[in-house]
Amino acid sequence: MEQILANGVYLGAQYAMIALGLTLIFALMNVLNFAHGQMYVLGGFVTYTFYGQLGWPFVPALLMSCLTLAVAGALIERFLFAPVIRRSAREESTMLLAAGLAFLLDAIILLVFGEKQRGVPKIVNGVLNWDFRVIMPYDRILICGLAILSIVTFILFMQYSKTGRALRALAQDRTAAELMGVDVARYSMIGFAIGAMLAGLVGGLLVTITGVNLGMGGPTSIKAFMMVMIGGAGVISGAIAGGIILGFLEAIGLAVLSQYGDITYLVIFVSLMIFLAIRPRGLMGKPWG
Amino acid sequence: MSKPSPAHWIGLAVFLAAVFVAIPMLIAASGRTDFYFTLTSVALLAIASAGVWLMFYIGRIHIGQGAFALIGAYVSAILVTKAEMSFWLTLPLAGLFAAFVAVLIGIPILRLRGVYFAMISLVLTQVVTLTALALPITNGAKGITSIPLPGAISAFGITLVPDFADIENTRLAFYLTSCFLMVLTFAAMHRLVNSRLGHICRSMQQNEALAASIGVNIAHIRIIVFSISSFFGGIGGAMFGSIAQSVYPSTFVVADSVNFMLNCFLGGLGYVFGPMLGTLVLYFGWDLLFEFGRYQLLIYSGLLILAMLVLPNGLLSIRPDMFRRSSK
Repeated sequence: MEQILANGVYLGAQYAMIALGLTLIFALMNVLNFAHGQMYVLGGFVTYTFYGQLGWPFVPALLMSCLTLAVAGALIERFLFAPVIRRSAREESTMLLAAGLAFLLDAIILLVFGEKQRGVPKIVNGVLNWDFRVIMPYDRILICGLAILSIVTFILFMQYSKTGRALRALAQDRTAAELMGVDVARYSMIGFAIGAMLAGLVGGLLVTITGVNLGMGGPTSIKAFMMVMIGGAGVISGAIAGGIILGFLEAIGLAVLSQYGDITYLVIFVSLMIFLAIRPRGLMGKPWG
Repeated sequence: MSKPSPAHWIGLAVFLAAVFVAIPMLIAASGRTDFYFTLTSVALLAIASAGVWLMFYIGRIHIGQGAFALIGAYVSAILVTKAEMSFWLTLPLAGLFAAFVAVLIGIPILRLRGVYFAMISLVLTQVVTLTALALPITNGAKGITSIPLPGAISAFGITLVPDFADIENTRLAFYLTSCFLMVLTFAAMHRLVNSRLGHICRSMQQNEALAASIGVNIAHIRIIVFSISSFFGGIGGAMFGSIAQSVYPSTFVVADSVNFMLNCFLGGLGYVFGPMLGTLVLYFGWDLLFEFGRYQLLIYSGLLILAMLVLPNGLLSIRPDMFRRSSK
């Protein structure tokens, strides 16, 4: 039982970070970022290159992941999403762009990093063994701690910094924010960059445990969508709640349902549909955000 | 879109002649019989994409058509192999079963709007794939293989469609069948869009609350449209399974569902024939880029993004006066 809870916390923390980036981008620009999983994979590969290949210490390598993705996110927003949003007749057109972007990032990752599964050396060795009730490697605990630290930092940033306030205003009401003197174009770009950066950060953190490969992008995006649906799209607390809930569901499901075969995710999907039938906007979502 | 003018009829005649006469002749002359398979796939994927387009028409982003195509493929395959029914009978049954599932799923999830519906529909394909893996009747990951080819149809002793196993050129036969189905589908779509139901759909696309306020039973309409959409998906999937003579849980995956949606976007959401053109361009484009080897995906996605930047409203939005307006 303790083991299941520990696994749940560990999975939940990393999932919450993935969902945060997705929900931030959605809240600011109403863009469903299909490429989020690919951004996560790209972040993993950058950390792999600097930490695993070039022998940098882990933290600077992680910062390189953040930096790369933030720059990429800013460029993508400025030169791809902003023009399309401005010119297209229907808002949904950005989805084609996002899907195209997912393909593009896949192609770039394939060309630059190849299709092999890549791993890096462990950052810390050893396993915590608490009386055989909870067994967890130290590096997982460390990554989990770092993830929680990043989430707390992100919340404080959104809550108290000037940029964070501007971003929240933008998410609430674009027009009103503009009238209050928020530079909408600039903060959209910053918001997208931060969303992409979060994806890169998780990718960099998790490469030390699960490794990284090209095929991880799509499934990661789908999981991120599920978390956002559980918690409610465009709400930061919802993304965190959704991530933690999905993490626990997965940990419990894998422990309890494994005797019936590989049906954990089938059960999760079906319960998600029933849940959404009762509460269509998720736990904390705005009505039809 | 009032009464069809003579130009419309001429356009239709040219299209039919091209699809049923000119293309088979060209392929026979050039000897590229592999194009039959490509074009057959385009026709079938266009049918499924038409269903997605219909959902766009009531303002829903449907990224789960792969689920219904997979359901259709499995229903037809199971009926043909286990119950030994004629394929031609299972084809409408596959569509109807997909529509039935759509009604069941649709009642809860069609209440969702915007990205919420998009996200839940994206999950649907996964659900069906996982169900196919878990159920005994679908034979798990091994799938259903060696499905017999479609048999003959005869009425009053006259053979209308010969047994596919006896035909020398099965590729041509499948091509013609698929194109026939595609023409039927788009004729139905055109009729639907210009009917009373089509007008109601347009009003729902613009504002559901407003449509409801003038007495449109929106819950009812969206179930109907969703089941029609899924019917198309089921038909396309069943035909696909019959051509491949096998169905696996991975026959239609999430990427296929995304592609169905992209076909609609690329062709243009405002045009009935958009999904057909979009499917042709995307599927053929992907095939043609095969020569670039490892750069295939890079060029493909680059062109896709470029198309979105230059023509955000779809390929069919190209009009002669468009350039004049943009230069203003």
